[in-house]
Amino acid sequence: MMENDLHLTQHISKRFNEELEEVRSQVLKMGGLVEQQVNDGLEALMQSDFTLAKKVVNGDVEVNSLEVNIDESCTQIIARRQPAASDLRLMVSIIKTITDLERIGDEAVKLGKNTLKLPEESKVARQYVELKHLGEHVLKTLNNALTAYARLDVQAAIEIIDNDKAIDEEFDAISRLLITRMMEDPREIKNSLRISWCARALERIGDHTKNICEYIVYLVKGKDVRHTSLEEVKRQIQE
Amino acid sequence: MIDLSSSESLVSDDIKINKTVGNIYADDAKMSMRNVNVFYGEKQAIKDVSLDLAKNQVTALIGPSGCGKSTFLRCLNRMNDTIPICRVEGELKLDGDDIYAKGLDPVLLRARVGMVFQKPNPFPKSIYDNVAYGPKIHGLATNKAELDEIVVTSLQRAGLFNEVKDRLDSAGTGLSGGQQQRLCIARTIAVSPEVILMDEPASALDPIATAVIEELIDELKEKYTIAIVTHSMQQAARVSQTTAYFHMGQLVEVGETDQIFTNPSHELTENYITGRFG
Amino acid sequence: MTKQTQTSAELTTTEKVAFSLKKRHRKEKRFQWMGRLAIGFGFMLVLILLTDIFIKAMPAFHQHWVKLEIDYRKDWMKIDSSESVLAGEGSYRTTLKKSIYQMFPEVKDRKQKRSLFALFSTNAEFTIKNYLMENPKVLGKKVDVFVRLDDDIDTYLKSVNMPGEEFSRVNQAQAGWVLELFELKRIEKRWNTSFFLNGDSRDPELAGVKGALTGTLLTMLVTLLLSFPLGVAAALYLEEFAPKNRWTDLIEVNINNLAAVPSIIFGLLGLAVIINMFGLPRSAPLVGGIVLTLMTLPTIIIASRASIKAVPPSIREAALGLGASRMQTAFGHVLPIAMPGILTGTIIGMAQALGETAPLLMIGMVAFIVDIPGGITDPATVLPVQIYLWADSPERAFLAKTSAAILVLLSFLLVMNSIAAFLRKKFEKSL
Repeated sequence: MMENDLHLTQHISKRFNEELEEVRSQVLKMGGLVEQQVNDGLEALMQSDFTLAKKVVNGDVEVNSLEVNIDESCTQIIARRQPAASDLRLMVSIIKTITDLERIGDEAVKLGKNTLKLPEESKVARQYVELKHLGEHVLKTLNNALTAYARLDVQAAIEIIDNDKAIDEEFDAISRLLITRMMEDPREIKNSLRISWCARALERIGDHTKNICEYIVYLVKGKDVRHTSLEEVKRQIQE
Repeated sequence: MIDLSSSESLVSDDIKINKTVGNIYADDAKMSMRNVNVFYGEKQAIKDVSLDLAKNQVTALIGPSGCGKSTFLRCLNRMNDTIPICRVEGELKLDGDDIYAKGLDPVLLRARVGMVFQKPNPFPKSIYDNVAYGPKIHGLATNKAELDEIVVTSLQRAGLFNEVKDRLDSAGTGLSGGQQQRLCIARTIAVSPEVILMDEPASALDPIATAVIEELIDELKEKYTIAIVTHSMQQAARVSQTTAYFHMGQLVEVGETDQIFTNPSHELTENYITGRFG
Repeated sequence: MTKQTQTSAELTTTEKVAFSLKKRHRKEKRFQWMGRLAIGFGFMLVLILLTDIFIKAMPAFHQHWVKLEIDYRKDWMKIDSSESVLAGEGSYRTTLKKSIYQMFPEVKDRKQKRSLFALFSTNAEFTIKNYLMENPKVLGKKVDVFVRLDDDIDTYLKSVNMPGEEFSRVNQAQAGWVLELFELKRIEKRWNTSFFLNGDSRDPELAGVKGALTGTLLTMLVTLLLSFPLGVAAALYLEEFAPKNRWTDLIEVNINNLAAVPSIIFGLLGLAVIINMFGLPRSAPLVGGIVLTLMTLPTIIIASRASIKAVPPSIREAALGLGASRMQTAFGHVLPIAMPGILTGTIIGMAQALGETAPLLMIGMVAFIVDIPGGITDPATVLPVQIYLWADSPERAFLAKTSAAILVLLSFLLVMNSIAAFLRKKFEKSL
């Protein structure tokens, strides 16, 4: 229902409609791919599945080429259609969103790479139920964000922005846990650091997801809510 | 004398625009119009439009054909007076003075509010005479030297002087379209008006000539208050600071150009500037 | 038929177009030829007409003079001093007669003498009088003086290959005398200046177009001076200033109707109002000009309005937008641009007026007027009327005169048009 607000298919130029639809579906496809990458990365990490980890590392190529393609499409639409208002915001938000998606893809690769570096038999990661929790939380958030993006759901987007703090807190908790672990057993420092990097990657994914949600607000409401307090954002949206 | 067919589409009650969206008030208004209604005979062409023209700013009037933007512009220097069946109601003020006041001679008003038209329309006279005509009829120059100076500065300000300085005596109609339009602008500013109204000044020009005119408009706003009607939204976006969107004789939305073109408030505005079905 | 539709369905668009193209080209060619034919036909008719007029007019431009030996004997002249000559006294007719009889001593009887005397123009006695007044010293002496031949003899000389032949209106004896004079080399063919310098006359050898030409010139001048400013002002007012309402519509309809009113009605109006009511003189170019003005005005107004209407509104807007008043706009911008069209309309109206006789009939410009008019209130006639009068005259020599006068009228028209064309060019150039 929210999608109708942008009236993407109501241009007088049918070709323009098609172009916008095409680029939007490409973004959603890229989102799905990135989500899959994160999902796989987390899975590989938790299960110490080297095969899956390798697949994640190699899968980034596809994410990158999608980003390039979408960028190209956006450039062409801007050059040929000179979009204005909501169309312009759509273009800008897409260009920004795909950058964040690409970064999320990179973070997923980090998960994969770290999995490969952790000793297989130890199943280190599995010992950290908090990490699994964080990963699932981030994954859920990413999924919600992409859904909100597809539906142009501002309300959901704001909730996600709101939720980012929780992810940060979870990350802090894991950090503290790891520090304690390292102090207890210096032999674990190497693995703990790797786990810490993975947690860091998940936290970054959360940040990028938050950015995407801010673009959703910008796209739908035309308000730039970056670097503003949540209360301010909510107040502006109410206007 | 004026193509009345352009005013065919008139105010429609189908679309309820109860109140103009956005801020119609300017902090430093050169002209202010309140509740303007314009009728061609029985037909209403403009309904209840209120708008300020901010001093030393470019205000763009956009909207689909026949939306009344040209009619509104023509009210501002009483060019509509030449149409016998045209009737203007409401309050139109220039520096706080009613421009439709009984005692006010439209000739005096037009000396203060100049106009540049859609089609370049230089007089079939020399370039010099084209520019000198206004100052001559208004007696702005007391001698030839003064007149020369007015002509030269006007041409310079219109960015045309360097191109024509060697042939001021040749016919103005012999210039290229873009040059003719700049000549018309030079002719208008030779009278040193306070407000310049432009009715689609670049619609008959190629993109290069258009860019030159737009650049010129940008420079002119330092000295004059400008209102421009344009069909090119990109042009409105490029040259204006304030944009007003007209629809079916009513003013739908006014706002800062930056805002109108990135995030218009009214759905009709959005549809128009993004090229959607209304 | 089914076969045909089938084939046409099988044809490609290009083939169909090519097929119809041939037909279209044929049609176009046919039309072009028809156009050429029409133009050729019209051109041929004009050419025949002009050639005919030209051939017929040729004799009128020449005139035969004869050298007579005039004996200014004081007893014949019945005067004895040059003072009396300068006073205009003297019996020249007798002197002329006696001098002629002296040249032809063999002519004796009265009938023969009258026949001989008829060889020479009735104007001959004035010719010898003028000669003597210019040269008073020749009084009492015998001198050779050129006098005009009578128009019948003039026509005879122009018609026959060799003098002496029989010809209508010239009897045997006269032919013999002419042959004699011719053989004595006393007959001379001269350029007929009197045709351009004299007024009308009953004698064809004396009749000239100057009177009619001057009358035409004066009438046209009056017409132009009245109709042009009035017509242009009316058109300008109606187009630029007058409110568009029922009254202006009515005026417009009436102006258009006026253009279709038969011209004689204007003549009647002139007679009734201008001559009888205002008491202006009859037969005067002033009255003729006023009547023709009434006739030309609608033409000029209609043409001027069309021309003013055709001025692009953008020019008016430009001027008004600069703060020019309506008056300044109308006179400074609209009128100059409309001027070429207005001039065309004016010249059409003037050309119409130039050829008009009917309204002038009514105001007495058809009178036989010998004197060359000196002003717009003098009695005068105009070229078309002169042509009509001459064409109606019985004398054979007037035939050539008629054609010559037509040529003069056409030349006048040509000059008038050329001036208009020149002015138009000048206006167009200044734009």
